[in-house]
Amino acid sequence: MPTSPDAARLVTPAMIGLWLLLGSVPLWIAQVGLYPYLGVEILIWSIYALAFNLVLGTAGLPSFGHGAYFGVGAYAFGLCQFEVAANLWMCLGAAALAAALAGLIVGLFISHRRGIYYAFLTIAFGQIFWTIAIKAYPLTGGEDGLLRIARPPADFGVVAFDLNDNLALYYFVLVLFAVVVVALWRLVHSPYGQVLAAIRQSETRAAHLGYNVWLYKLSIFAISAAFSGLAGGLFAMAQLSAFPDVMSLNQSGLVVMMTLVGGGLVSFWGPVVGVVVYLIARDVIGALTNAWMLYFGLMFVLLVLFRPEGIAGMVKPVLERRRRREQGGSALKLIFRSG
Amino acid sequence: MALIEAEGVHVRFGDRVVLEQIDLSIPEGELHGIMGPNGAGKTTFFNVLTGRVRPSRGRVRLDGEDIGGLSPHAIANKGIARSFQVMTLFNEFTARENVMVALPSFRARGFDARRAVAADAGFAEEADAVLASVGLVDKAAVSAKQLSYGERRALEIAVALAQRPRVLCLDEPTSGLGTDGSTRLAELIGQLKNRLTIIAVEHDMGFLFSLADRISVIHWGQVVARGTPRELQQNDWVKKSNLGRFG
Repeated sequence: MPTSPDAARLVTPAMIGLWLLLGSVPLWIAQVGLYPYLGVEILIWSIYALAFNLVLGTAGLPSFGHGAYFGVGAYAFGLCQFEVAANLWMCLGAAALAAALAGLIVGLFISHRRGIYYAFLTIAFGQIFWTIAIKAYPLTGGEDGLLRIARPPADFGVVAFDLNDNLALYYFVLVLFAVVVVALWRLVHSPYGQVLAAIRQSETRAAHLGYNVWLYKLSIFAISAAFSGLAGGLFAMAQLSAFPDVMSLNQSGLVVMMTLVGGGLVSFWGPVVGVVVYLIARDVIGALTNAWMLYFGLMFVLLVLFRPEGIAGMVKPVLERRRRREQGGSALKLIFRSG
Repeated sequence: MALIEAEGVHVRFGDRVVLEQIDLSIPEGELHGIMGPNGAGKTTFFNVLTGRVRPSRGRVRLDGEDIGGLSPHAIANKGIARSFQVMTLFNEFTARENVMVALPSFRARGFDARRAVAADAGFAEEADAVLASVGLVDKAAVSAKQLSYGERRALEIAVALAQRPRVLCLDEPTSGLGTDGSTRLAELIGQLKNRLTIIAVEHDMGFLFSLADRISVIHWGQVVARGTPRELQQNDWVKKSNLGRFG
């Protein structure tokens, strides 16, 4: 990913624009024929896809079993609530921590590999987690899943918010999404992110520059798993349940597809674009025909064939051309300077 | 005492012996040339020095410390830098970014995930100083894949220099360069010569004979001749082969 002119900022104009837009979603989403819960789904999957893109887009590691960490987060959220304490912060922490631990353990076994071998190992480990989720009936409820997961209130000490209403949940997830975006923007543009980008381009060279490539690959995998687990915990809370299907190979493929369609390889925002396009396409095309996956699949094939850099890859040159024109001295550039 | 020392280094891949027995001792500040026919084991020897290949037998010492069999990043951290025969620059990075990630100060902050690279002007300044030393400072913001072949060669060396190495290993630095490029590179290496210990594998004999303090000739995985360029021109083995003709 090329360096953004806003790389050094904590909060960029693009972030503020996106948050304002997302903040207004509940005001008009019903008017355009969609429903508010879709917004919750978009935010949760966006956190998941951004986390996934740390591995795929930033470090260049093909992980095709990432659903495992999303799923571990979902189950951990439920189990923490049932077995430990029904405290929102503890349960979300447990989701991230359990997924980080799972990612760390898997990372120990795969971080010395690269390319296709890496990809296959991530699939194999993903299948192991999926199988455990189905078979460990006493722990996970097997194929019935964990049911009756509650939404504990967001307790800030002085004030607590009830999240049982989808609108309240939407704004709660939006705040978390904003925090995750800032944290990941920092990470991607930090020295750590730069080293990962170097490893993506040449592991050999990075090693000869003195970087412990194995440790970097291990750490980013665990970090990515942790954020995926957080998204999984939120998903369990939104759905009031946790099921093994999010850990299947099929569902793991979804996040890869969303990230690629959106343009995660060339843009920080690519994964978010991909999630929005996918989920809206699901609902809009899905309302017309049951075979909607066929059409989305066709779109994916065409995109990979003709625009492998995804939607963000198509839009970016246009934005950059506009930016260059504005730098001709127009005062407009002060207004339109976006990340 | 020798800064870098190889003692009885032996490498085999399966039943194929690539290095039979390499003994070398290079004092600090020397520019040591390594030459030999294709497939003689020169690059394998470099790979042993820099940790890509573990020697089956024998020792490699840096300043008296055994570094044989350490990982590439551990050896790089001890101060051995290398350039590559097949160029492996970070193509998506600009020239400046390529040099920046090689800086020890950057490496020390490698696990810093909070502060932006762009917020620290020190990195860019330090990188630009290195680029200036190889004449590439004008191209700092150009991505590596858009540089010309000669510029990429120079960037290779800048990246190795940025590591502030004690020993610089150059694997065929002139390969693919025209006469002009080679001359400029010779000037650059000439300037580095007294500040660094350099080991250079090279096919261009004129280049090596004019720059090296001493040269080792490797053939069939062994050092078959060594000495100053002048001594080597008198060496029987070198005279019989066509290696010395260019001297």
